[in-house]
Amino acid sequence: MKIRILQFGAILLLLSAWQILPAHNIINPNFLPPLSETARTLHELVVTKQLQGHILISLKRIVYGLGIALLVGYPLGLLMGWFRNFEKVVDAPLQAGRQISALALFPVFILIFGIGEFSKAIIIFWASFWPILLNTTVGVKNIDPILIRSARSMGARHINFFLNIIVPASAPSAFTGIRLGASYAFMVLVAAEMVGANKGLGFLVLNSQETFKIPEMYAAIVTLCLFGLLINHLLLSLEQRSTQWRQVRARN
Amino acid sequence: MASVVVEQVSKKYVTPSGDACLALQDLNLNIEKGEFFALLGPSGCGKSTLLHIIGGLNSADGTILINGEPVRGPGLNRGIVFQEYALFPWQTVIENVAFGLKMKGVPKKKRLQTAREYLALVGLSGFEERYPDQLSGGMKQRTAIARALAFDPEVLLMDEPFAALDAQTREILQAELLKIWEKTGKTIIFVTHSIEEAVFLAQRVAVITARPGRIKKIVDIPLPDQRYAEEDIRSSAAFSGVRHELWKLLSEEVVNSGALSGLGAEPSQTAIANPAVKQVLQPVSPVLQERGNDA
Repeated sequence: MKIRILQFGAILLLLSAWQILPAHNIINPNFLPPLSETARTLHELVVTKQLQGHILISLKRIVYGLGIALLVGYPLGLLMGWFRNFEKVVDAPLQAGRQISALALFPVFILIFGIGEFSKAIIIFWASFWPILLNTTVGVKNIDPILIRSARSMGARHINFFLNIIVPASAPSAFTGIRLGASYAFMVLVAAEMVGANKGLGFLVLNSQETFKIPEMYAAIVTLCLFGLLINHLLLSLEQRSTQWRQVRARN
Repeated sequence: MASVVVEQVSKKYVTPSGDACLALQDLNLNIEKGEFFALLGPSGCGKSTLLHIIGGLNSADGTILINGEPVRGPGLNRGIVFQEYALFPWQTVIENVAFGLKMKGVPKKKRLQTAREYLALVGLSGFEERYPDQLSGGMKQRTAIARALAFDPEVLLMDEPFAALDAQTREILQAELLKIWEKTGKTIIFVTHSIEEAVFLAQRVAVITARPGRIKKIVDIPLPDQRYAEEDIRSSAAFSGVRHELWKLLSEEVVNSGALSGLGAEPSQTAIANPAVKQVLQPVSPVLQERGNDA
Protein backbone atom coordinates (compact mmCIF):
# COMPACT_ATOMS: atom_id res chain seq x y z
CA MET A 1 0.00 0.00 0.00
CA LYS A 2 2.78 2.37 1.00
CA ILE A 3 4.62 1.51 -2.21
CA ARG A 4 1.47 2.22 -4.20
CA ILE A 5 1.23 5.71 -2.74
CA LEU A 6 4.88 6.39 -3.50
CA GLN A 7 4.49 5.06 -7.05
CA PHE A 8 1.54 7.33 -7.60
CA GLY A 9 3.45 10.20 -6.03
CA ALA A 10 6.39 9.76 -8.42
CA ILE A 11 4.12 10.00 -11.45
CA LEU A 12 2.30 12.98 -9.98
CA LEU A 13 5.60 14.74 -9.32
CA LEU A 14 6.72 14.30 -12.91
CA LEU A 15 3.42 15.54 -14.32
CA SER A 16 3.27 18.58 -12.03
CA ALA A 17 6.85 19.48 -12.97
CA TRP A 18 5.78 19.39 -16.60
CA GLN A 19 2.88 21.69 -15.77
CA ILE A 20 4.56 24.12 -13.40
CA LEU A 21 8.03 24.63 -14.91
CA PRO A 22 6.88 25.88 -18.35
CA ALA A 23 3.88 27.73 -16.89
CA HIS A 24 6.23 29.85 -14.77
CA ASN A 25 8.68 30.36 -17.58
CA ILE A 26 11.39 28.36 -15.82
CA ILE A 27 11.48 26.33 -19.01
CA ASN A 28 10.66 28.15 -22.23
CA PRO A 29 7.02 27.19 -22.95
CA ASN A 30 7.65 27.58 -26.66
CA PHE A 31 9.89 24.54 -26.50
CA LEU A 32 8.01 22.65 -23.81
CA PRO A 33 4.37 23.70 -23.53
CA PRO A 34 2.81 22.87 -20.18
CA LEU A 35 1.00 19.59 -19.69
CA SER A 36 -2.42 21.24 -19.82
CA GLU A 37 -1.77 22.68 -23.26
CA THR A 38 -0.40 19.38 -24.55
CA ALA A 39 -3.47 17.62 -23.18
CA ARG A 40 -5.77 20.13 -24.82
CA THR A 41 -4.02 19.65 -28.17
CA LEU A 42 -4.23 15.91 -27.78
CA HIS A 43 -7.93 16.19 -27.09
CA GLU A 44 -8.36 18.40 -30.16
CA LEU A 45 -6.52 15.90 -32.35
CA VAL A 46 -8.81 13.15 -31.10
CA VAL A 47 -12.00 15.17 -31.57
CA THR A 48 -11.07 16.15 -35.11
CA LYS A 49 -10.22 12.47 -35.75
CA GLN A 50 -6.75 13.38 -37.01
CA LEU A 51 -4.94 11.28 -34.42
CA GLN A 52 -6.96 8.13 -35.13
CA GLY A 53 -5.75 8.09 -38.70
CA HIS A 54 -2.12 8.34 -37.64
CA ILE A 55 -2.53 5.68 -34.98
CA LEU A 56 -4.25 3.31 -37.37
CA ILE A 57 -1.56 3.50 -40.01
CA SER A 58 1.22 3.14 -37.43
CA LEU A 59 -0.54 0.19 -35.88
CA LYS A 60 -0.89 -1.44 -39.28
CA ARG A 61 2.83 -1.09 -39.91
CA ILE A 62 3.64 -2.60 -36.52
CA VAL A 63 1.27 -5.50 -37.07
CA TYR A 64 2.78 -6.30 -40.45
CA GLY A 65 6.42 -5.91 -39.44
CA LEU A 66 6.14 -7.62 -36.08
CA GLY A 67 3.82 -10.24 -37.54
CA ILE A 68 6.31 -11.28 -40.21
CA ALA A 69 9.11 -11.26 -37.63
CA LEU A 70 7.05 -13.58 -35.45
CA LEU A 71 6.08 -15.90 -38.29
CA VAL A 72 9.69 -16.24 -39.43
CA GLY A 73 11.68 -15.75 -36.22
CA TYR A 74 9.73 -18.00 -33.87
CA PRO A 75 9.73 -21.22 -35.93
CA LEU A 76 13.30 -20.59 -37.02
CA GLY A 77 14.30 -20.09 -33.39
CA LEU A 78 12.64 -23.38 -32.39
CA LEU A 79 14.50 -25.21 -35.16
CA MET A 80 17.82 -23.54 -34.37
CA GLY A 81 17.49 -24.34 -30.68
CA TRP A 82 16.67 -27.96 -31.30
CA PHE A 83 18.81 -28.92 -34.27
CA ARG A 84 22.35 -28.04 -33.22
CA ASN A 85 23.83 -28.71 -36.63
CA PHE A 86 21.27 -26.51 -38.31
CA GLU A 87 22.19 -23.76 -35.89
CA LYS A 88 25.87 -24.18 -36.68
CA VAL A 89 25.20 -23.84 -40.39
CA VAL A 90 23.05 -20.71 -40.19
CA ASP A 91 24.85 -19.11 -37.27
CA ALA A 92 27.50 -17.14 -39.18
CA PRO A 93 25.20 -15.34 -41.63
CA LEU A 94 22.70 -14.68 -38.86
CA GLN A 95 25.33 -13.25 -36.53
CA ALA A 96 26.47 -10.95 -39.31
CA GLY A 97 22.92 -9.90 -40.13
CA ARG A 98 22.17 -9.24 -36.51
CA GLN A 99 24.94 -6.65 -36.35
CA ILE A 100 23.47 -4.56 -39.14
CA SER A 101 21.24 -1.88 -37.72
CA ALA A 102 17.79 -1.75 -39.21
CA LEU A 103 18.25 1.99 -39.76
CA ALA A 104 21.39 1.38 -41.80
CA LEU A 105 19.40 -0.93 -44.06
CA PHE A 106 16.51 1.48 -44.55
CA PRO A 107 18.08 3.14 -47.62
CA VAL A 108 18.64 -0.32 -49.05
CA PHE A 109 15.04 -1.34 -48.52
CA ILE A 110 13.82 1.95 -50.03
CA LEU A 111 16.08 1.35 -53.00
CA ILE A 112 14.76 -2.16 -53.57
CA PHE A 113 11.14 -1.99 -52.40
CA GLY A 114 10.41 1.72 -52.91
CA ILE A 115 9.15 4.10 -50.27
CA GLY A 116 5.77 2.42 -49.74
CA GLU A 117 4.35 0.33 -46.95
CA PHE A 118 6.35 -2.77 -47.79
CA SER A 119 9.75 -1.26 -47.06
CA LYS A 120 8.40 0.02 -43.73
CA ALA A 121 7.13 -3.42 -42.82
CA ILE A 122 10.49 -4.91 -43.77
CA ILE A 123 12.50 -2.51 -41.67
CA ILE A 124 10.27 -3.17 -38.65
CA PHE A 125 10.60 -6.86 -39.36
CA TRP A 126 14.37 -6.55 -39.41
CA ALA A 127 14.48 -4.84 -36.03
CA SER A 128 12.09 -7.15 -34.20
CA PHE A 129 13.18 -10.39 -35.86
CA TRP A 130 16.48 -10.73 -33.97
CA PRO A 131 15.33 -10.69 -30.37
CA ILE A 132 12.50 -13.10 -31.23
CA LEU A 133 14.86 -15.48 -33.02
CA LEU A 134 17.62 -15.40 -30.44
CA ASN A 135 15.47 -15.65 -27.33
CA THR A 136 13.49 -18.53 -28.77
CA THR A 137 16.71 -20.34 -29.65
CA VAL A 138 18.09 -19.84 -26.16
CA GLY A 139 14.80 -20.94 -24.63
CA VAL A 140 14.93 -24.24 -26.50
CA LYS A 141 18.60 -24.82 -25.80
CA ASN A 142 18.09 -24.32 -22.07
CA ILE A 143 15.39 -26.95 -21.68
CA ASP A 144 16.40 -29.27 -18.85
CA PRO A 145 17.73 -32.48 -20.50
CA ILE A 146 16.01 -34.60 -17.86
CA LEU A 147 12.63 -33.34 -19.11
CA ILE A 148 13.59 -34.35 -22.62
CA ARG A 149 14.54 -37.84 -21.44
CA SER A 150 11.38 -38.07 -19.43
CA ALA A 151 9.21 -37.10 -22.42
CA ARG A 152 11.08 -39.53 -24.67
CA SER A 153 10.56 -42.34 -22.19
CA MET A 154 6.83 -41.77 -22.50
CA GLY A 155 6.88 -42.03 -26.24
CA ALA A 156 6.84 -38.32 -27.17
CA ARG A 157 8.22 -38.02 -30.66
CA HIS A 158 8.28 -35.73 -33.68
CA ILE A 159 5.46 -33.20 -33.81
CA ASN A 160 4.02 -34.41 -30.50
CA PHE A 161 7.35 -33.81 -28.85
CA PHE A 162 7.67 -30.35 -30.38
CA LEU A 163 4.19 -29.20 -29.43
CA ASN A 164 4.04 -30.75 -25.96
CA ILE A 165 7.59 -30.21 -24.76
CA ILE A 166 9.67 -27.82 -26.85
CA VAL A 167 7.01 -25.15 -27.31
CA PRO A 168 5.80 -24.84 -23.69
CA ALA A 169 9.24 -25.31 -22.15
CA SER A 170 10.74 -22.51 -24.25
CA ALA A 171 7.71 -20.22 -24.00
CA PRO A 172 8.97 -17.92 -21.22
CA SER A 173 12.16 -17.08 -23.08
CA ALA A 174 10.34 -16.76 -26.40
CA PHE A 175 7.88 -14.32 -24.84
CA THR A 176 10.74 -12.17 -23.58
CA GLY A 177 11.98 -12.06 -27.16
CA ILE A 178 8.58 -11.10 -28.50
CA ARG A 179 8.22 -8.23 -26.02
CA LEU A 180 11.71 -7.01 -26.84
CA GLY A 181 10.88 -7.32 -30.52
CA ALA A 182 7.77 -5.23 -30.05
CA SER A 183 9.67 -2.43 -28.36
CA TYR A 184 12.33 -2.45 -31.10
CA ALA A 185 9.52 -2.35 -33.64
CA PHE A 186 8.30 0.89 -32.10
CA MET A 187 11.67 2.54 -32.17
CA VAL A 188 12.20 1.71 -35.81
CA LEU A 189 8.63 2.59 -36.76
CA VAL A 190 9.13 6.17 -35.66
CA ALA A 191 12.39 6.49 -37.56
CA ALA A 192 10.87 4.97 -40.69
CA GLU A 193 7.90 7.31 -40.56
CA MET A 194 10.19 10.29 -40.19
CA VAL A 195 12.11 9.40 -43.33
CA GLY A 196 9.49 8.46 -45.84
CA ALA A 197 5.86 8.85 -44.85
CA ASN A 198 3.02 11.32 -44.95
CA LYS A 199 1.04 9.69 -42.17
CA GLY A 200 1.69 7.91 -38.92
CA LEU A 201 2.76 8.96 -35.44
CA GLY A 202 6.44 9.30 -36.35
CA PHE A 203 5.49 11.56 -39.23
CA LEU A 204 3.26 13.58 -36.94
CA VAL A 205 6.12 14.17 -34.50
CA LEU A 206 8.56 15.41 -37.11
CA ASN A 207 6.00 17.30 -39.20
CA SER A 208 4.66 19.16 -36.18
CA GLN A 209 8.16 20.20 -35.23
CA GLU A 210 8.96 21.38 -38.76
CA THR A 211 5.76 23.42 -38.93
CA PHE A 212 6.34 24.63 -35.37
CA LYS A 213 3.19 23.08 -33.93
CA ILE A 214 5.07 22.22 -30.78
CA PRO A 215 2.06 21.17 -28.61
CA GLU A 216 1.03 18.83 -31.42
CA MET A 217 4.54 17.34 -31.44
CA TYR A 218 4.31 16.58 -27.72
CA ALA A 219 0.81 15.21 -28.15
CA ALA A 220 2.19 12.78 -30.73
CA ILE A 221 5.07 11.78 -28.46
CA VAL A 222 2.68 11.15 -25.56
CA THR A 223 0.53 9.05 -27.87
CA LEU A 224 3.54 6.99 -28.91
CA CYS A 225 4.40 6.44 -25.26
CA LEU A 226 0.87 5.35 -24.33
CA PHE A 227 0.69 3.19 -27.44
CA GLY A 228 3.93 1.42 -26.49
CA LEU A 229 2.80 0.91 -22.90
CA LEU A 230 -0.48 -0.55 -24.09
CA ILE A 231 1.14 -3.06 -26.45
CA ASN A 232 3.64 -4.11 -23.80
CA HIS A 233 0.84 -4.54 -21.30
CA LEU A 234 -1.16 -6.66 -23.74
CA LEU A 235 1.81 -8.89 -24.48
CA LEU A 236 2.61 -9.21 -20.79
CA SER A 237 -0.91 -10.29 -19.88
CA LEU A 238 -0.93 -12.74 -22.79
CA GLU A 239 2.35 -14.12 -21.50
CA GLN A 240 1.05 -14.45 -17.97
CA ARG A 241 -2.07 -16.18 -19.15
CA SER A 242 -0.18 -18.74 -21.23
CA THR A 243 2.59 -19.41 -18.70
CA GLN A 244 0.50 -19.63 -15.56
CA TRP A 245 2.81 -22.22 -14.07
CA ARG A 246 5.54 -19.61 -13.80
CA GLN A 247 3.36 -17.33 -11.69
CA VAL A 248 2.96 -20.28 -9.37
CA ARG A 249 6.72 -20.76 -9.29
CA ALA A 250 7.29 -17.08 -8.52
CA ARG A 251 4.86 -17.21 -5.61
CA ASN A 252 6.47 -20.26 -4.03
CA MET B 1 9.35 -66.40 -19.31
CA ALA B 2 11.53 -63.71 -17.88
CA SER B 3 10.11 -60.22 -18.09
CA VAL B 4 13.41 -58.42 -18.58
CA VAL B 5 16.51 -60.07 -20.03
CA VAL B 6 19.84 -58.30 -20.19
CA GLU B 7 22.32 -60.15 -22.40
CA GLN B 8 26.00 -59.34 -22.69
CA VAL B 9 25.44 -55.63 -22.32
CA SER B 10 28.53 -53.42 -22.48
CA LYS B 11 28.68 -49.67 -22.61
CA LYS B 12 31.66 -47.64 -23.68
CA TYR B 13 31.74 -43.91 -23.76
CA VAL B 14 34.26 -41.20 -24.41
CA THR B 15 35.02 -38.75 -21.63
CA PRO B 16 35.14 -35.04 -22.43
CA SER B 17 38.94 -35.26 -22.33
CA GLY B 18 38.80 -37.83 -25.11
CA ASP B 19 39.58 -40.99 -23.15
CA ALA B 20 37.60 -44.13 -23.80
CA CYS B 21 35.92 -45.51 -20.72
CA LEU B 22 34.11 -48.76 -20.11
CA ALA B 23 31.05 -48.13 -17.96
CA LEU B 24 29.46 -51.58 -18.17
CA GLN B 25 31.02 -54.88 -19.18
CA ASP B 26 29.29 -58.08 -20.31
CA LEU B 27 26.32 -57.69 -18.04
CA ASN B 28 23.71 -60.44 -17.86
CA LEU B 29 20.44 -60.40 -15.92
CA ASN B 30 17.17 -62.33 -15.91
CA ILE B 31 14.37 -60.55 -14.11
CA GLU B 32 11.12 -62.43 -13.65
CA LYS B 33 7.70 -61.08 -14.38
CA GLY B 34 6.32 -59.29 -11.34
CA GLU B 35 9.65 -59.32 -9.56
CA PHE B 36 10.99 -56.46 -7.46
CA PHE B 37 14.64 -56.32 -8.40
CA ALA B 38 17.22 -53.87 -7.05
CA LEU B 39 20.51 -52.80 -8.61
CA LEU B 40 22.91 -51.84 -5.84
CA GLY B 41 26.36 -50.44 -6.43
CA PRO B 42 28.86 -47.74 -5.61
CA SER B 43 28.43 -44.34 -7.20
CA GLY B 44 29.54 -44.16 -10.78
CA CYS B 45 29.38 -47.94 -11.27
CA GLY B 46 26.99 -47.51 -14.14
CA LYS B 47 23.81 -48.79 -12.49
CA SER B 48 21.82 -45.77 -13.61
CA THR B 49 23.33 -46.12 -17.06
CA LEU B 50 22.11 -49.71 -17.15
CA LEU B 51 18.63 -48.59 -16.15
CA HIS B 52 18.58 -45.98 -18.90
CA ILE B 53 19.79 -48.59 -21.39
CA ILE B 54 16.88 -50.83 -20.39
CA GLY B 55 14.65 -47.78 -20.75
CA GLY B 56 15.92 -47.30 -24.28
CA LEU B 57 17.29 -43.83 -23.52
CA ASN B 58 20.93 -44.90 -23.99
CA SER B 59 22.36 -47.19 -26.61
CA ALA B 60 24.76 -50.01 -25.75
CA ASP B 61 26.29 -53.19 -27.09
CA GLY B 62 24.37 -56.36 -26.30
CA THR B 63 20.68 -57.15 -26.12
CA ILE B 64 17.79 -56.15 -23.87
CA LEU B 65 14.59 -58.15 -24.14
CA ILE B 66 11.26 -57.11 -22.66
CA ASN B 67 8.94 -60.12 -22.78
CA GLY B 68 11.15 -61.50 -25.52
CA GLU B 69 10.97 -58.30 -27.57
CA PRO B 70 14.30 -56.57 -28.19
CA VAL B 71 14.55 -52.95 -27.01
CA ARG B 72 15.34 -50.49 -29.78
CA GLY B 73 14.44 -47.25 -28.03
CA PRO B 74 12.07 -45.81 -25.47
CA GLY B 75 8.65 -47.40 -25.34
CA LEU B 76 5.49 -47.41 -23.32
CA ASN B 77 6.07 -50.97 -22.12
CA ARG B 78 8.54 -49.40 -19.69
CA GLY B 79 7.91 -46.50 -17.34
CA ILE B 80 10.81 -44.57 -15.85
CA VAL B 81 10.88 -42.71 -12.55
CA PHE B 82 13.83 -40.34 -12.27
CA GLN B 83 15.56 -39.14 -9.13
CA GLU B 84 14.97 -35.54 -10.23
CA TYR B 85 11.21 -36.22 -10.64
CA ALA B 86 11.37 -34.78 -14.17
CA LEU B 87 7.80 -33.51 -14.00
CA PHE B 88 6.82 -30.97 -16.64
CA PRO B 89 6.47 -27.70 -14.71
CA TRP B 90 4.07 -26.22 -17.29
CA GLN B 91 1.55 -28.99 -16.77
CA THR B 92 -0.72 -29.55 -13.81
CA VAL B 93 -0.34 -32.72 -11.76
CA ILE B 94 -3.13 -34.49 -13.62
CA GLU B 95 -1.81 -33.41 -17.02
CA ASN B 96 1.59 -34.77 -16.05
CA VAL B 97 0.11 -38.10 -15.03
CA ALA B 98 -1.93 -38.28 -18.23
CA PHE B 99 1.03 -37.44 -20.46
CA GLY B 100 1.98 -40.98 -21.47
CA LEU B 101 -1.65 -41.74 -22.30
CA LYS B 102 -1.81 -38.59 -24.40
CA MET B 103 1.22 -39.76 -26.36
CA LYS B 104 -0.53 -43.10 -26.72
CA GLY B 105 -3.48 -41.31 -28.30
CA VAL B 106 -6.00 -42.03 -25.54
CA PRO B 107 -8.92 -39.54 -25.72
CA LYS B 108 -8.87 -36.73 -23.19
CA LYS B 109 -11.79 -37.80 -21.04
CA LYS B 110 -10.55 -41.36 -20.74
CA ARG B 111 -6.98 -40.38 -19.95
CA LEU B 112 -7.97 -37.87 -17.29
CA GLN B 113 -10.12 -40.51 -15.67
CA THR B 114 -7.24 -42.99 -15.66
CA ALA B 115 -4.87 -40.33 -14.35
CA ARG B 116 -7.28 -39.64 -11.51
CA GLU B 117 -7.28 -43.33 -10.57
CA TYR B 118 -3.50 -43.44 -10.42
CA LEU B 119 -3.35 -40.22 -8.42
CA ALA B 120 -5.68 -41.89 -5.95
CA LEU B 121 -3.36 -44.91 -5.89
CA VAL B 122 -0.42 -42.76 -4.80
CA GLY B 123 -2.56 -40.79 -2.35
CA LEU B 124 -2.71 -37.52 -4.26
CA SER B 125 -6.44 -37.14 -4.83
CA GLY B 126 -7.35 -33.48 -4.55
CA PHE B 127 -4.05 -32.25 -5.97
CA GLU B 128 -5.01 -32.71 -9.63
CA GLU B 129 -4.96 -29.03 -10.56
CA ARG B 130 -1.77 -28.08 -8.73
CA TYR B 131 1.43 -27.37 -10.57
CA PRO B 132 4.57 -29.37 -9.69
CA ASP B 133 6.17 -26.28 -8.16
CA GLN B 134 3.40 -26.24 -5.58
CA LEU B 135 4.25 -29.74 -4.33
CA SER B 136 6.75 -31.04 -1.79
CA GLY B 137 9.52 -33.39 -2.91
CA GLY B 138 7.63 -36.44 -1.71
CA MET B 139 4.47 -35.38 -3.52
CA LYS B 140 6.43 -34.71 -6.68
CA GLN B 141 7.84 -38.21 -6.60
CA ARG B 142 4.39 -39.67 -5.96
CA THR B 143 3.20 -37.79 -9.03
CA ALA B 144 6.12 -39.16 -11.03
CA ILE B 145 5.30 -42.70 -9.91
CA ALA B 146 1.65 -42.22 -10.86
CA ARG B 147 2.75 -40.85 -14.21
CA ALA B 148 5.00 -43.85 -14.91
CA LEU B 149 2.21 -46.26 -13.96
CA ALA B 150 -0.66 -44.51 -15.71
CA PHE B 151 0.12 -45.77 -19.21
CA ASP B 152 0.27 -49.29 -17.76
CA PRO B 153 3.83 -50.30 -18.63
CA GLU B 154 5.08 -53.85 -18.24
CA VAL B 155 8.12 -52.76 -16.27
CA LEU B 156 8.73 -49.87 -13.89
CA LEU B 157 12.31 -48.56 -13.96
CA MET B 158 13.20 -46.46 -10.93
CA ASP B 159 16.44 -44.50 -10.84
CA GLU B 160 17.24 -43.68 -7.19
CA PRO B 161 13.78 -42.18 -6.89
CA PHE B 162 13.92 -41.47 -3.17
CA ALA B 163 17.53 -40.29 -2.88
CA ALA B 164 16.62 -36.61 -2.80
CA LEU B 165 13.97 -36.98 -0.11
CA ASP B 166 14.31 -36.58 3.64
CA ALA B 167 14.64 -39.80 5.65
CA GLN B 168 11.09 -39.85 6.95
CA THR B 169 9.44 -39.22 3.62
CA ARG B 170 11.71 -41.82 2.09
CA GLU B 171 10.58 -44.53 4.50
CA ILE B 172 6.93 -43.69 3.96
CA LEU B 173 7.33 -43.81 0.19
CA GLN B 174 9.27 -47.08 0.35
CA ALA B 175 6.39 -48.74 2.19
CA GLU B 176 3.89 -47.23 -0.22
CA LEU B 177 5.86 -48.39 -3.20
CA LEU B 178 5.68 -51.96 -1.89
CA LYS B 179 1.91 -51.64 -1.57
CA ILE B 180 1.66 -50.24 -5.09
CA TRP B 181 3.82 -53.09 -6.37
CA GLU B 182 1.54 -55.56 -4.62
CA LYS B 183 -1.59 -53.97 -6.13
CA THR B 184 -0.30 -53.53 -9.67
CA GLY B 185 1.92 -56.58 -9.99
CA LYS B 186 4.48 -54.68 -12.04
CA THR B 187 8.01 -55.83 -12.61
CA ILE B 188 10.15 -53.21 -10.87
CA ILE B 189 13.84 -52.55 -11.39
CA PHE B 190 15.04 -50.20 -8.71
CA VAL B 191 18.45 -48.53 -8.72
CA THR B 192 19.84 -47.45 -5.37
CA HIS B 193 23.11 -46.92 -3.55
CA SER B 194 21.44 -47.51 -0.20
CA ILE B 195 21.80 -51.05 1.18
CA GLU B 196 18.89 -50.55 3.57
CA GLU B 197 16.63 -49.43 0.78
CA ALA B 198 17.57 -52.37 -1.42
CA VAL B 199 16.95 -54.86 1.40
CA PHE B 200 13.67 -53.28 2.44
CA LEU B 201 12.25 -53.18 -1.07
CA ALA B 202 13.60 -55.94 -3.25
CA GLN B 203 13.14 -59.67 -3.59
CA ARG B 204 16.56 -59.94 -5.19
CA VAL B 205 19.46 -57.50 -5.14
CA ALA B 206 22.21 -57.45 -7.74
CA VAL B 207 25.46 -55.96 -6.49
CA ILE B 208 27.23 -54.13 -9.30
CA THR B 209 31.02 -53.84 -9.26
CA ALA B 210 32.97 -50.62 -9.46
CA ARG B 211 33.71 -49.46 -13.00
CA PRO B 212 33.52 -51.24 -15.31
CA GLY B 213 30.16 -52.33 -13.93
CA ARG B 214 29.53 -56.04 -13.80
CA ILE B 215 27.25 -58.23 -11.70
CA LYS B 216 29.22 -59.19 -8.65
CA LYS B 217 26.54 -61.25 -7.01
CA ILE B 218 22.79 -61.57 -6.92
CA VAL B 219 21.49 -61.94 -3.37
CA ASP B 220 18.03 -63.25 -2.45
CA ILE B 221 16.32 -61.23 0.24
CA PRO B 222 14.74 -63.64 2.72
CA LEU B 223 11.90 -61.36 3.76
CA PRO B 224 8.16 -61.72 3.08
CA ASP B 225 6.65 -59.61 0.28
CA GLN B 226 4.37 -57.88 2.78
CA ARG B 227 7.33 -56.82 4.86
CA TYR B 228 5.97 -53.25 5.10
CA ALA B 229 3.23 -54.59 7.33
CA GLU B 230 5.64 -55.98 9.87
CA GLU B 231 6.59 -53.79 12.73
CA ASP B 232 10.13 -52.45 12.51
CA ILE B 233 11.34 -55.11 10.12
CA ARG B 234 14.56 -53.20 9.70
CA SER B 235 15.61 -54.38 13.17
CA SER B 236 14.90 -58.07 12.50
CA ALA B 237 17.69 -60.64 12.39
CA ALA B 238 16.93 -61.62 8.81
CA PHE B 239 17.13 -57.97 7.75
CA SER B 240 20.45 -57.22 9.42
CA GLY B 241 21.92 -60.55 8.28
CA VAL B 242 21.33 -59.88 4.62
CA ARG B 243 22.21 -56.23 5.01
CA HIS B 244 25.58 -57.22 6.42
CA GLU B 245 26.19 -59.62 3.55
CA LEU B 246 25.47 -56.85 1.05
CA TRP B 247 27.57 -54.41 3.02
CA LYS B 248 30.59 -56.69 2.76
CA LEU B 249 30.09 -57.11 -0.97
CA LEU B 250 29.59 -53.43 -1.51
CA SER B 251 32.37 -52.12 0.71
CA GLU B 252 34.97 -53.92 -1.39
CA GLU B 253 33.59 -52.17 -4.43
CA VAL B 254 33.57 -48.76 -2.82
CA VAL B 255 37.27 -49.24 -2.09
CA ASN B 256 37.86 -50.45 -5.65
CA SER B 257 35.99 -47.53 -7.13
CA GLY B 258 38.50 -45.22 -5.45
CA ALA B 259 35.61 -43.14 -4.20
CA LEU B 260 37.15 -42.84 -0.78
CA SER B 261 40.76 -42.53 -1.77
CA GLY B 262 42.41 -39.31 -0.76
CA LEU B 263 40.31 -39.03 2.34
CA GLY B 264 42.37 -41.59 4.22
CA ALA B 265 39.19 -43.13 5.53
CA GLU B 266 38.15 -46.72 5.79
CA PRO B 267 34.83 -47.25 4.05
CA SER B 268 32.56 -47.12 7.01
CA GLN B 269 29.01 -48.28 6.74
CA THR B 270 27.66 -44.81 7.24
CA ALA B 271 29.86 -43.43 4.50
CA ILE B 272 28.48 -45.95 2.05
CA ALA B 273 24.88 -45.52 2.99
CA ASN B 274 24.95 -41.78 3.46
CA PRO B 275 23.76 -40.06 0.28
CA ALA B 276 25.37 -36.78 1.27
CA VAL B 277 28.78 -38.41 1.45
CA LYS B 278 28.08 -40.19 -1.80
CA GLN B 279 27.31 -36.99 -3.55
CA VAL B 280 30.49 -35.32 -2.44
CA LEU B 281 32.53 -38.28 -3.55
CA GLN B 282 30.61 -39.02 -6.70
CA PRO B 283 32.68 -38.90 -9.87
CA VAL B 284 30.92 -37.38 -12.85
CA SER B 285 28.40 -39.99 -13.87
CA PRO B 286 28.41 -41.28 -17.43
CA VAL B 287 24.78 -40.32 -17.74
CA LEU B 288 25.61 -36.70 -17.15
CA GLN B 289 28.39 -36.77 -19.63
CA GLU B 290 26.23 -38.23 -22.30
CA ARG B 291 23.51 -35.69 -21.95
CA GLY B 292 24.98 -33.46 -24.60
CA ASN B 293 24.85 -36.18 -27.22
CA ASP B 294 21.40 -37.34 -26.39
CA ALA B 295 19.87 -33.91 -26.27
